[in-house]
Amino acid sequence: MTAASSTGQGNGVRLGVVLLATPLLLWLLVLVILPHVDLLLVSLRERIAFRQYEFSFANYIAFFVEPLYWNTYVRTAVMSIMATVLTLIIGFPVSYYIAKIMRGRGKNVLFMMCLIPFWVSELVRTFGWMILLRESGVISSFLQWAGLVDGPVEMLYNDVTIMVGLVYTSMLFMVVPLVSVLDSLDDSLIEAGYDLGGNAFTVTRDIVIPHAMPGIASGCIVVFMLTLGNYLTPNLLGGKDSLWFTEQIYTQFITRFNWESGSAFGFLLLVLSSLIVWIGLKLSRQTLADTVR
Amino acid sequence: MIPSIPQPRFYKGLYTAYVAVFFVYLAAPLIVVGVFAFNDSQFPSMPWNGATLKWFFGDTRPAIGIFNDRQLLRSIGTSGFVAIWVTALAVFVGTCNAFLFERTHFPGKNLLYVVALSPLVIPGVILGISILVFSNAIANNVEETFGWDLAFLRPGLFLVIIGQFAFVTTITTLVISARLRKFDFSLEEAALNLGATRAAAIRTITIPFLKPALIGASIIAFLMSFENFNTTLMLVGSDAPLTITMFDRLKQGSTPALNALSLMLMVVSGALALLAVFAQRGGQGDKT
Repeated sequence: MTAASSTGQGNGVRLGVVLLATPLLLWLLVLVILPHVDLLLVSLRERIAFRQYEFSFANYIAFFVEPLYWNTYVRTAVMSIMATVLTLIIGFPVSYYIAKIMRGRGKNVLFMMCLIPFWVSELVRTFGWMILLRESGVISSFLQWAGLVDGPVEMLYNDVTIMVGLVYTSMLFMVVPLVSVLDSLDDSLIEAGYDLGGNAFTVTRDIVIPHAMPGIASGCIVVFMLTLGNYLTPNLLGGKDSLWFTEQIYTQFITRFNWESGSAFGFLLLVLSSLIVWIGLKLSRQTLADTVR
Repeated sequence: MIPSIPQPRFYKGLYTAYVAVFFVYLAAPLIVVGVFAFNDSQFPSMPWNGATLKWFFGDTRPAIGIFNDRQLLRSIGTSGFVAIWVTALAVFVGTCNAFLFERTHFPGKNLLYVVALSPLVIPGVILGISILVFSNAIANNVEETFGWDLAFLRPGLFLVIIGQFAFVTTITTLVISARLRKFDFSLEEAALNLGATRAAAIRTITIPFLKPALIGASIIAFLMSFENFNTTLMLVGSDAPLTITMFDRLKQGSTPALNALSLMLMVVSGALALLAVFAQRGGQGDKT
């Protein structure tokens, strides 16, 4: 290859890179980076007259001064952490069963059965829980039929119900990474653990869980993030008193038309979510790029 | 705790029972949604009044079936329109991104990759409000400066499409990149040696290889757009996509027509999901 043609090709390659990069840069700049910068700017201003604004921390101060906002924020974070832990505790044995105990065809079928419900819209899944749990619902009727209760029982609109719904909605995002990481655990390591005198508890603690750590981390991060940003499940299953932070954001934006305050809330939620994701990645010594592989 | 290690029967039974209960938990809400679509009652709740198909085909008030419900049918059309645009845009940009990240080297690539993944960790509601705020700011500025009213930058279908595209593109990028990473580059070089131009080599060799991933990514993008709620909620205008219409009806309390609609959605999205899985699995099979 001559020098001329190689520089010619170099230019062609460089032009190709620029062409390929254009949609990416447009997408990220116009739809992701600039809107979030603008969100931050709007959250840092205060309306003093019609279309007149000045820089101020008033929206953030209002958040810390008003106990309702602050409590909702903490409550959303705490309940999201609880939902993440519960999803892990419930999902881990099932993932282990699919990855290590089932063999061949049954294993694939069981895994697919875990996946299929989650292709159905979250709205439909939540609707299902409403039919099961409402006062005139399936479980209430069953309890009356069985003679366990005297009248209809309302099981919607409380925190336990929100938790049931959140765990249900998040389960897939825990089971998939756990199954794939447990699949890669060699059976002979578990056998060796037993040969060396371990029992089910010590083998799980010293061999299975350390091996599954990357899967546990990525599952927990995704579940936490999705739960924190969830709107449908707390709103439909928790009713008026669900006090979820995304509902506060919606109220500020759509109902009260206070975009400045809504932007501040949005930014605070984004900070919380990013912070927890970052801590999770640091603790498990992973990067975001590893998590999606 | 693996088959080769003997365990007491009792524990094994207990474990199997737990897994069985788990699958009942997974299936229960979906089954009741489906079953109550056929209940001959005004409300999707007990008691069971016998089976009917009126929630699908009914055409007299109060039993309007889904196939005669104008509002529902129109919102399905709206969702379909949005989803087709989102899919086309997200698959196109996702393919460009995959080539960029897998084939080229340039300074700052890793940083750009992390930024491209970031829509995954931004809650949908926040992505929605940030695009709402930004597009509104542009529209206001243009109106003040030039006196033009850019109606498409106000809440409406254009913003819904843009908002969904913003995060669906990350997913399509990941799916298509994963396939491109497995591509044997020497196949393309062989085509070049045999006299093909670069464009022809990509069109005849690389794109057919990527086809399973392109189909898979399209189905995933379509479903994610069709079922999206959080981002759409913040950007929606007067034309409501299906999820928004369903949400409003759920809040008001609805007839079992909503169950009938949910059942149709389950069947269609389940079938599409299976298709997506098999499209990609078929692709993995032929690489060896």
